[in-house]
Amino acid sequence: MIKEKKTTQNNSVGIVETQDFTFDSLKLESGERFGPITLAYETYGVLNKDKSNAILVVHALSGDAHAAGVHEGQDNTGWWDGFIGPAKAFDTDKYFVICSNILGGCKGSTGPGSINPKTAKPYGLDFPLITINDIVNAQKRLIDHLGIEKLLSVVGGSMGGQQALSWLVNYPHNLRSVVPIATTIKHSPQQIAFNEVGRQAIMADSHWKSGNYYDGPVPSKGLAVARMIGHITYMSDKSMAEKFGRARKETDEPFKFTADFEVEGYLRYRGDNFVKRFDANSYLYITKAMDNFDASGGRCFEEVLQGIKAKVLVISFKSDWLYPAYQSKEIVKACKLAGVETTYCEIDSTYGHDAFLLEVEEETHLLKHFLKKIFYAYEVTGDYGA
Amino acid sequence: MARKDIQLDHEAILDFVKPQSSVLDLGCGNGDLLYLLIKEKSCRGQGIEINDQEIYKCVAKGLNVFHGDVDSGLAEFNDKSFDYVVLNQSLQQILHVDKVLIDALRVGKKVIVGFPNFAHYKSRLQMFFQGRTPVTGALPYKWYDTPNLHFLSISDFKNYCRLKEINVERSICIGHSKKVRIFPNIFAQTGIFLISK
Repeated sequence: MIKEKKTTQNNSVGIVETQDFTFDSLKLESGERFGPITLAYETYGVLNKDKSNAILVVHALSGDAHAAGVHEGQDNTGWWDGFIGPAKAFDTDKYFVICSNILGGCKGSTGPGSINPKTAKPYGLDFPLITINDIVNAQKRLIDHLGIEKLLSVVGGSMGGQQALSWLVNYPHNLRSVVPIATTIKHSPQQIAFNEVGRQAIMADSHWKSGNYYDGPVPSKGLAVARMIGHITYMSDKSMAEKFGRARKETDEPFKFTADFEVEGYLRYRGDNFVKRFDANSYLYITKAMDNFDASGGRCFEEVLQGIKAKVLVISFKSDWLYPAYQSKEIVKACKLAGVETTYCEIDSTYGHDAFLLEVEEETHLLKHFLKKIFYAYEVTGDYGA
Repeated sequence: MARKDIQLDHEAILDFVKPQSSVLDLGCGNGDLLYLLIKEKSCRGQGIEINDQEIYKCVAKGLNVFHGDVDSGLAEFNDKSFDYVVLNQSLQQILHVDKVLIDALRVGKKVIVGFPNFAHYKSRLQMFFQGRTPVTGALPYKWYDTPNLHFLSISDFKNYCRLKEINVERSICIGHSKKVRIFPNIFAQTGIFLISK
């Protein structure tokens, strides 16, 4: 009861349920036809009559369909709960918000841990290599299924930003705007390198067994190390210093290399926790998709953007060294040269890459006004654009 | 003619700009001018601004704005990609004025420049009688805390345009509350120039 009161006060969307959408197959970028595919998704708010108020929120590497509210009988709010709800950045009194777990994920959508109908066993490494464009093509099927011809916006940070860019390039006529946050046209060698260390950690775990671990112990050590590396890259030097300093943990373990410092304890805790909710093979497949992504398709990005009528809001964060502001500026530069209407803001944050989940106030201001402009331009002119 | 709700310099710029033009406002601040150009002249507008708090105000007005530095932000635009490039009250705060102006004339078909006149009689009097760096309505900052890097007069700018073979198509000089037609380099606080190459 108390919980419910609290969520109402926080303008929560309240109790939500994850739904499923299954379709027969999808032609992957590799040429292979793969299926059946199930996407787990949640929606918040109400789709208006002319279906012009739908926003697709796309999640990052470890995200899922549960972006806002709480599940019946559970405590944990969605990963972007501060942004989705009445009077929030994505005002559910005005907009219809959709979030789906990506293809290749492990939170209800088809991924390497799903049962292969041909063998009645989990796919493991029989799961095909997927790309960000495949992930987006699958989302497009869901959007079609919901009867939405034109999204008001596609919004996401990090890998979500990659998906937003893929939407912009592949479905420019099916959206009115995109908001790529803390993301890049393509990964730098540094970003690929961090992902590779994560993958190596998983594959070096003896429990990984070339991905065939579903009937036994999972490669939890490897996945936890991968997540620890991830968390280091998501924070800034300053945010770590502020959060942990050199504070020591209270411990009476006799082992010499116990977690002495708070930061060590934190990383171990995050790593161990991640193992409980994430599949190691999904981690391999998804990070590979991120590394292979190139929104320009190997061409000059400004050429790819030529003639696009959708409006773009690019957001970066000053202390984000994993997806540095210069990468966002490259997106902006291409939009500039292609004549795409664009707004760019580098938010003054010390949180590092994590900022896209944490800088609620600044992002809310930008998103709210940007979406309002897009939504009401539509309302006034009734113009569907190109 | 004069509208009370619009700043005199903004009114002068509105007067220069043809309806339905494309405008790039360098150092657009809180976006008031850009907003007016879009509302009153049906322009397509794009701003560049370095201060993040001003960016938030621009976004609240529904403007397209890039967070960045004017000194480096112009190079990425194609030749003649805007009808007008505006540098209103930002010229004196730019590090490489000459470079930015040349680039602005490349990117814009025409350029509008507005700046505080350092040779206004009040500044001259303060300099002459007090021997101190002037602090006036148009130049409100103390010497030790000012965003201004350059101090130029209306005559300086005209001379610069002559030297660089830049055409001054129109100019409006503004005093405390009205346009100044006689001895603008003495009586005008602000000079607004429409130039082209």
